[in-house]
Amino acid sequence: MVHRFHLDDYYLVVDPCSASVHAVDEMAYELIGLYEGKSREEAIAELSARFGEDPAEVGACWDQITELKNQGLLFSKETFEPMAGELKQRTAGVVKALCLHVAHTCNLNCAYCFASQGKYHGERAVMSFEVGKQALDFLVANSGSRKNLEVDFFGGEPLMNFDVVKQLVAYARSIEKEHGKHFRFTLTTNGMLIDDEVIDFANREMSNVVLSLDGRKEIHDRCRVDYAGNGSWERIVPKFQQLVKARGGKNYYMRGTFTHANPDFLEDIKVMLDLGFTELSMEPVVCAEGDPAALTQEDLPVVMRQYEDLARLMLQREKEGRPFTFYHYMLDLADGPCIYKRISGCGSGTEYMAVTPWGDLYPCHQFVGEEAFRLGDVWQGVTNHDAQQEFADCNVYAREECRDCWARLYCSGGCAANAYHATGSVRGVYRYGCELFRKRMECAIMLQAARALASGGEKK
Amino acid sequence: MEHIKTLNTRNLCESAKKGGCGECQTSCQSACKTSCGIANQQCESKKAQEK
Repeated sequence: MVHRFHLDDYYLVVDPCSASVHAVDEMAYELIGLYEGKSREEAIAELSARFGEDPAEVGACWDQITELKNQGLLFSKETFEPMAGELKQRTAGVVKALCLHVAHTCNLNCAYCFASQGKYHGERAVMSFEVGKQALDFLVANSGSRKNLEVDFFGGEPLMNFDVVKQLVAYARSIEKEHGKHFRFTLTTNGMLIDDEVIDFANREMSNVVLSLDGRKEIHDRCRVDYAGNGSWERIVPKFQQLVKARGGKNYYMRGTFTHANPDFLEDIKVMLDLGFTELSMEPVVCAEGDPAALTQEDLPVVMRQYEDLARLMLQREKEGRPFTFYHYMLDLADGPCIYKRISGCGSGTEYMAVTPWGDLYPCHQFVGEEAFRLGDVWQGVTNHDAQQEFADCNVYAREECRDCWARLYCSGGCAANAYHATGSVRGVYRYGCELFRKRMECAIMLQAARALASGGEKK
Repeated sequence: MEHIKTLNTRNLCESAKKGGCGECQTSCQSACKTSCGIANQQCESKKAQEK
């Protein structure tokens, strides 16, 4: 099976088992659709009539398809399943990334917060330096031969515990050389507490900053309010602009959330662009089905159109010399992840864990507060081996529904948290998320094809 | 006349031989903290080779 799709003048064919991509004309698009169901003669007869093509031309195209099949680039067979558990086995016991919840509290009261206004359904707390230091020691001690260790400062709102953030970074830097490690830090923030000191610190120490902004003021302020009910947009936009400018316009993401209130999220992206931001990410809301903010089936076609129009906008702006980045459209076809990464999933619960202010370990930030998934703590390490094994067993072949999905080697089985919240099992799939992912990936592939065709970047 | 242009994509069978170093970022961390997009990520090994 192959996956065919088209957007505007681009006709594309993806071979799911090899992740090969072919840009084709309309005739070849139809011919590939007939290839496995008709004989060469039947297909030639049908398409030479339909397209007014010389039968020899259609025949030559058929033969090219056969050649690609022989090369393993079209209609290829699934061969990777035996390797499914291998990356996680090779890297078992190695932790390389932590999400530090330095604050289970927040200075905003966002209506849709997946973390229950930063408290994760528990007590308000900030992480002490001692707990954070232990988390960093745990990470280093369990990182095996990994040199690059990633630490995110998250929450709640991490800048409510900025002193500890600074101390932890200083501590991490002080132990890098001794252990042969390099820490890469990220800070996610709602922006309310950004000042000159934060900007200066972020520029020195943060590889990336993730800045929460939903786009249009009226959309952003619908949800992202303080405890007095006042919107935050006017206060944070100038701060974000200042910070981004100080970072030279790179190594950041504006990170927006769209909900049932704004399935037309392209309008929010345009506002972000108008504000001068070019590194963008826009994510569907995470909330329970039935929540007023939850995206509905009626929203789906609107959302799909946004993704398509966003891809068109991206191409147009590139032509105008005003490019921008959209996280989900980043796709390096030639040098992307290896097969091991593609089949092993996001790494949650195994190489990546979240740490609460009290030092508890969870598979990721989305599972914090779900007691059954508590993996252990930063002093004893992982003690709930059954729970960890569930995540170790997560790979693209562990989910029945992924087997026939053309996007499986791009998605790697999806988000375990979304699967759990939708189905009760980390091995389920969140179908709505799958629809969005496939559309995004089609758009990302189309963009790569458009760029490759413009620059002559075909396979050598 | 060319009807099919095959784009330059990483040979995943080849990547099985030398891949699996595990240095790549966890996808959730890179930006979005919600939607898993393995394919949006970069190969750290390839990045290092380019330097």
